[in-house]
Amino acid sequence: MRDLVCMERIEKRFPGVHALKGVGFDLRAGEVHALMGENGAGKSTLMKILSGVYQPDSGRILVEGREVVLPSPKAAQDRGIGIIHQELALMKDLTVAQNIFIGREPRLSFGRIDEARQNREAAELFASLNIDIDPRRPVEGLSIARQQMVEIAKALSARSKVLIMDEPTAALTDSEIAELFTMIGKLKSEGVGIVYISHKMDEIRRISDRVTVMRDGEYVGTVEAADTPIARIIEMMVGRKLGDETVDVPDLRDAETALEVVGLTRGREIRDVGFSLKKGEILGFAGLMGAGRTEVARAIFGADPREGGEIFVHGRKVDVRSPADAVKAGIGYLSEDRKHFGLALGMDVSDNIALASLSSYANRVGQLDEGAMRRTARDFIARLGIRTPSDRQEVRLLSGGNQQKVVIAKWLLRDCDILIFDEPTRGIDIGAKSEIYRLLADLAAEGKAIIVISSELPEILRVSHRIAVMCEGRLTGVLPGGAGTTQEQIMQLATDRSGLGQATRQEEPA
Amino acid sequence: MNTSPQNSKASAPPASVPAPVPAPARLAGGAQQKLLAFASLIVLLVGFSLASPNFFQVSNIMAILQATSVNGVLAVAATAVILTGGIDLSIGTLMTFCAVIAGVALTWAGLPLPLGVLAAIGAGALAGLASGTFVARMKIPPFIATLGMMLVLKGLSLIITGARPIYFNDTPGYTDISQGSLIGMVLPGLPVPNGVLVLFLVAGGMAFVLSRTVLGRYTYALGSNEEAVRLSGVNTNAWKMAVYALAGAICGIAGILISSRLNSAQPALGLGYELDAIAAVVIGGTSLSGGRGTVLGTLIGALIMSVLTNGLRILSVAPEWQTVVTGAIIILAVYADQLRRQRG
Repeated sequence: MRDLVCMERIEKRFPGVHALKGVGFDLRAGEVHALMGENGAGKSTLMKILSGVYQPDSGRILVEGREVVLPSPKAAQDRGIGIIHQELALMKDLTVAQNIFIGREPRLSFGRIDEARQNREAAELFASLNIDIDPRRPVEGLSIARQQMVEIAKALSARSKVLIMDEPTAALTDSEIAELFTMIGKLKSEGVGIVYISHKMDEIRRISDRVTVMRDGEYVGTVEAADTPIARIIEMMVGRKLGDETVDVPDLRDAETALEVVGLTRGREIRDVGFSLKKGEILGFAGLMGAGRTEVARAIFGADPREGGEIFVHGRKVDVRSPADAVKAGIGYLSEDRKHFGLALGMDVSDNIALASLSSYANRVGQLDEGAMRRTARDFIARLGIRTPSDRQEVRLLSGGNQQKVVIAKWLLRDCDILIFDEPTRGIDIGAKSEIYRLLADLAAEGKAIIVISSELPEILRVSHRIAVMCEGRLTGVLPGGAGTTQEQIMQLATDRSGLGQATRQEEPA
Repeated sequence: MNTSPQNSKASAPPASVPAPVPAPARLAGGAQQKLLAFASLIVLLVGFSLASPNFFQVSNIMAILQATSVNGVLAVAATAVILTGGIDLSIGTLMTFCAVIAGVALTWAGLPLPLGVLAAIGAGALAGLASGTFVARMKIPPFIATLGMMLVLKGLSLIITGARPIYFNDTPGYTDISQGSLIGMVLPGLPVPNGVLVLFLVAGGMAFVLSRTVLGRYTYALGSNEEAVRLSGVNTNAWKMAVYALAGAICGIAGILISSRLNSAQPALGLGYELDAIAAVVIGGTSLSGGRGTVLGTLIGALIMSVLTNGLRILSVAPEWQTVVTGAIIILAVYADQLRRQRG
């Protein structure tokens, strides 16, 4: 088989992040090539380069053996490369056919659009794909799965030979996934090369021919999907044998309870979740994407409303209705999305550290003691080892790991006893990860009560003193931390759909 | 050399490339744009001075400053709101509304001067608080909320006055608020009108608030990333309302200034002032998406606008062309900002 696409030694840097480090990738006609890696491994960046969204700093791209430059999505499309983004990019007020032919509308005289032909061709396209969608209806109101079909039809109508799918099944039901896979099979048989980005191991086994793994912006390797065990792929992704380092579980039998949550509920997202957390304890929250872990954290923190449930801090019931209430009760939340929810990127390190504590630096007329703020910032820079030229550096210029430390400093300064870390190492280089783990352990040793939400099982096992597992909005079990617990045990609870409607189980710490 | 993953077995990752290049040290974005605006102002001053001997005269400079005072004060108010990532289209008609309130208090009710001034500023703060409530609590987009306020206030001014001006003939010294010169009384050689003094006091006060106080820091933080501020446990709604209220109070000061200059509250006036103020803010380098900008920049922006108007008039350029030039300057200023940001 010939190479449809060949990418060689691709380099890409963003401010503070070396996103791609000399990465190679190739795609053959008629194959499904899965691209895997943890969050922040660089998969999406690589594919955005292939689809003309980003420009590589260096490296070559060959399409059907000829070197090409792809300065824009349009240029990539002209070369037959289509991408279906994770966030669907349809205009909801236009019709299905108008969306498919956007930018390439068939014309009549005087620049009028030939709507009839557009609708006819869209209908033909859907017929060839065995999909039943009316081209004349607006996109608004279509299910996510249907919108995806429209996106695929759009890419095909542009005569795409390469189709990039970025986590296409994230929002689909099982039957919709089956429908999608049938379509992928059909495209394959027509010689279309498909790049398939996904986190779901079972899907990869079902549809892909080859698997390429990336880690921390580097190319790790390419293997045949059929004869490679899943454990091997996971190992390539995480880059370490599982259980390399283990956690020391402290004896917390006599420790005081810092946080207790009872009957937390909101619709289908959070179903009767209850747990407790001790001073000095790190409670890991494991589960698949969409299990409701972030929703639980945000509800406890008051960032989103809750329908039922009570929250006790140090035995006292607190009424948390907003993040301001939570912070007053001593609860801090570090979002999985630092850039959008954690940092004021255009402001400097000192301001960001003080963001939750500004009023304590103000005198009666509200004037800030800038000197004290900067001294505090410099203390934290030294204490947490934040690598920055100065406390006046804008945080957008720091690396992911150092940005995370700035957010941690913000909550330490606010003196919160209970800290909720949502995916604390997402998008952080591997070296900085172990620093964050050490920091978590140190904070717990100082008596902070800590919740760590993570989608990476090795990370959960590496840091947690106890492990709470969620599935579809329910807490399906609590496991002890330490070497005795395996990934399989966690995965079993994370896919445990049996208990729907049952009360949540709760185990005491070992 | 071919490093692409052709083989089916796992292969070693391609050699990675040397150490990251450190981010280049450069001027903070706002400072650069301010420098550009300041340089433009100097160029304009020098250019007009060379073109006409009448331009660089003390009397003319004072006229330029006086002409800047009302727009400048409004622009300072607009700066605070724009820094939060919002916009206030009601500042022009709010200024008029406050002038009308001053007229009601002083001429109709016969209250003493300080109370009239306070009434105007208080009315401004209340109207600003209303706008802030619509934006922060009711989540109406600032453009729409303040567009509504703009029309409401314009209508109220006309209703209260019966569409007739209120004169301040019964309030001795009212015109001195903007036309007199406290500085000139102390330093006869420097007859700086009080209106200009007020502008500098307001600008200085706002610069202090923005750079040195909690309110100011949250103003920038809201414009930079409002959700991050909320998730830091800050009551973002309250702070945002405070910013709109402060801006409203400053519109009250502008209302006093303009009615003092005209010795009357003119209820039909006001529409269009908001756009001049926003133009000054933009020329001064403040980002319309919030989080970036300074009062000093706005002051320079306002001065550029009045120097242009004054200079072109001295060169006998038709007023229609002055508008064209101002418009072109706005587009150029924002384009320069875009270029700089793309390079950064």
